[in-house]
Amino acid sequence: MSLPVPPSARDGITPPDVQTEELEEQEALEAIAKIDQVAPSAGITTAAQRRQRPLPKLADPAAPLLVVEDLKTYFSTGSGPVRAVDGVSFKLEHGEALGIAGESGCGKTTTALSLVRILPANAKIMSGSISLMGIDLVPKSDNALRRYRWREISIVFQGAMNALNPVRRIRDQIAEPIEERLGESPKAARKKAGDLLELVGIPRRRGDAYPHQLSGGMRQRAMIAMALACDPAIVIGDEPTTALDVMVQAQILELLEHLRQKLGLSLILITHDLSVIAETCDRVMVMYAGRVAEEGPVDEVFRRPRHPYTQKLMAAFPNIRADRRTLDVIPGEPPDLRQPPPGCRFAPRCPFAMPVCREVVPPETTFSGVRVACHLYPVGSDGVPVTVPPAMAVDALPAAAAG
Amino acid sequence: MTERQAVTDAGSSTDGHGTADDLLRIDDLVVHFPIGGGMLDSLMRQPTAVVRAVDGVDLTLRRGEVLALVGESGSGKTTIGRVIVKLTRPTAGRVTFEGQDVTKVWSGQELRDYRRRVQIIFQDPYETLDPKQTIYDFVAEPLEVNGLGSASERRDRVLGALEAAGLRPAEEYAARYPHELSGGQRQRVVIAGALVMGPQLIVADEPVSMLDVSIRTELLRLMLALRWERGLTYLFITHDLSLAWVLADRIAVMYLGRIMEIGTAEEVIRTPRNPYTEALVSVSPSPEPMSREGRSERTILKGETPDAVRIPAGCRFHPRCPKAFDRCLVESPPLFDVGGGHRSACWLAEPGADIAGRALPVVDAAAAP
Repeated sequence: MSLPVPPSARDGITPPDVQTEELEEQEALEAIAKIDQVAPSAGITTAAQRRQRPLPKLADPAAPLLVVEDLKTYFSTGSGPVRAVDGVSFKLEHGEALGIAGESGCGKTTTALSLVRILPANAKIMSGSISLMGIDLVPKSDNALRRYRWREISIVFQGAMNALNPVRRIRDQIAEPIEERLGESPKAARKKAGDLLELVGIPRRRGDAYPHQLSGGMRQRAMIAMALACDPAIVIGDEPTTALDVMVQAQILELLEHLRQKLGLSLILITHDLSVIAETCDRVMVMYAGRVAEEGPVDEVFRRPRHPYTQKLMAAFPNIRADRRTLDVIPGEPPDLRQPPPGCRFAPRCPFAMPVCREVVPPETTFSGVRVACHLYPVGSDGVPVTVPPAMAVDALPAAAAG
Repeated sequence: MTERQAVTDAGSSTDGHGTADDLLRIDDLVVHFPIGGGMLDSLMRQPTAVVRAVDGVDLTLRRGEVLALVGESGSGKTTIGRVIVKLTRPTAGRVTFEGQDVTKVWSGQELRDYRRRVQIIFQDPYETLDPKQTIYDFVAEPLEVNGLGSASERRDRVLGALEAAGLRPAEEYAARYPHELSGGQRQRVVIAGALVMGPQLIVADEPVSMLDVSIRTELLRLMLALRWERGLTYLFITHDLSLAWVLADRIAVMYLGRIMEIGTAEEVIRTPRNPYTEALVSVSPSPEPMSREGRSERTILKGETPDAVRIPAGCRFHPRCPKAFDRCLVESPPLFDVGGGHRSACWLAEPGADIAGRALPVVDAAAAP
């Protein structure tokens, strides 16, 4: 038995031929320009063909692509269930990009992992429905769900270095799922894997490389190629650019945008970085403590945030296009999801909290296409954003101290 | 070995390299790491290569300022921080602290004294803190190692540092272990550990990049408040230009071991004079929805920062620069003063440069050396 031997780390840093690299760059650019041509040979549906794409059995062609209703996913722990996702609803239309935003522990990743049911052993979907083209995935057995995971909904994880196998060549790693899930011959699968690499801007011959021989950006491209391998309708990106440099992040987001347009893909982008969502998504869903705080078109939510948490979150974000030194603080910490507060979960940290907020869970109301769960906006109100007091300057303190 | 990235005398010298207000000065700093060169390599006849992590940098930290050193991975920003806190030995160049040449301070009382005055805060509190050590022991450790004060004096200083870092009541936090604290509290402990020695300069290497925005802002506010309360000077190392924008007085942008541009935050972000900074600013995302036009105005550079083993000839940025012209291929630009201490290492920033006439992209990528 012979194991593939990864070349020594030195090979990764030995200066490759500069000319080759420049050539590769050129090829990568051309590849993006010809997504339309490459996609069919890689077995990937293009935007123009998406309507004719064969649907899974029982699919309702008239149904929205994805409708999630009242989803609850809990983690069981020694000290009681953690209500990580506690009644989340949203919709994703064909070709749409939805960003799910929120801080650590808000339930955004658990929501996404629930869709493809890649959950830790102690997590369980308690109730709710996940309708993909009219088919509810929640009651499906793990075995039956395989028809949908990767083939209808796939996922790009954050740390490409951890998600890729370090001792296998990139091309083989992409070919494997094509062979296994689509039943292609090894030869055909390898050819498709090469096409997929071209599709994401990696020259075909770089498929021989091991993960450590690729740059961070190239590895993330390879992850995207793997996610596309079975021609899914929905790609979920879980913090897909978080560990990358800003310029590489811009390149990857641009690639996702191109793929979305040319392939008619639908995207769910999960990130703590509001600015990534502002620049790539059509809609944004802001989550807090396992619930949806606000959801709607990016333009409306980011220009006129209604929920105090959305406002605070935006004000806490450094904005290179705004004035300097206006970083806001969100006092306190998110609640313990084993014993969440009875009313609005943000109430203990909210500058507008009223008595009702501490007792009654705020219902969702809709204004200009924006759903917001906050007692400031009761049914029948005008929905005009109630704004928080202006952010204090980051260094408001020194004005006195500096003299 | 390297040509020096000289500061031209053109323009104002009020920002001059070296005044009484300088706390720390770096002159022509070079840090090269040889790679390979082991026995196996000589047997295999592999040539030894050199990573030119820092390749000729002059930098001045003024007393009481926050200077952000911004760059992507491989820019050399972290190496500069490590040289300043004496974790990495420079290949060449000089480090001056409070007017004293400290380049050769590597041992004994001199090093201990220096380290009391210059502290570093790392990105990952999980790695800095020892899970088996109480918070008290962690913060007290440098005092004990340096044999400072009596036991009761040490206790006062540790509790004082914890309080200053916002961990109140200090006695209660002192008895805890790292796993009993939240991420934000852990980073406060790390800050307390830096404060306990009463430093003048704190090198903060991506101190908040692992934290959620709400916790992040609290820590940034704490660090800035400490700056005024204790007269601290910060070298804030970050990849995040937006963060530098909100908290730094001055920003230095690095690329492949060199400073490309330096100036006040306003100058560097609002009127960048280096094509690399321009591109970085244009792709730095902001939480404002961008119009289609806004998106098309972004300058997304091609490729990635090359390996510091094979730094391009001429201006090291020229292969990726949208404005490169013939001179950039052969000659490395010095830092030109473009007014009031705002400096840019770009031939287009040369005094009297005919920008309109020279900004033609005449680089043929395939023909570049």
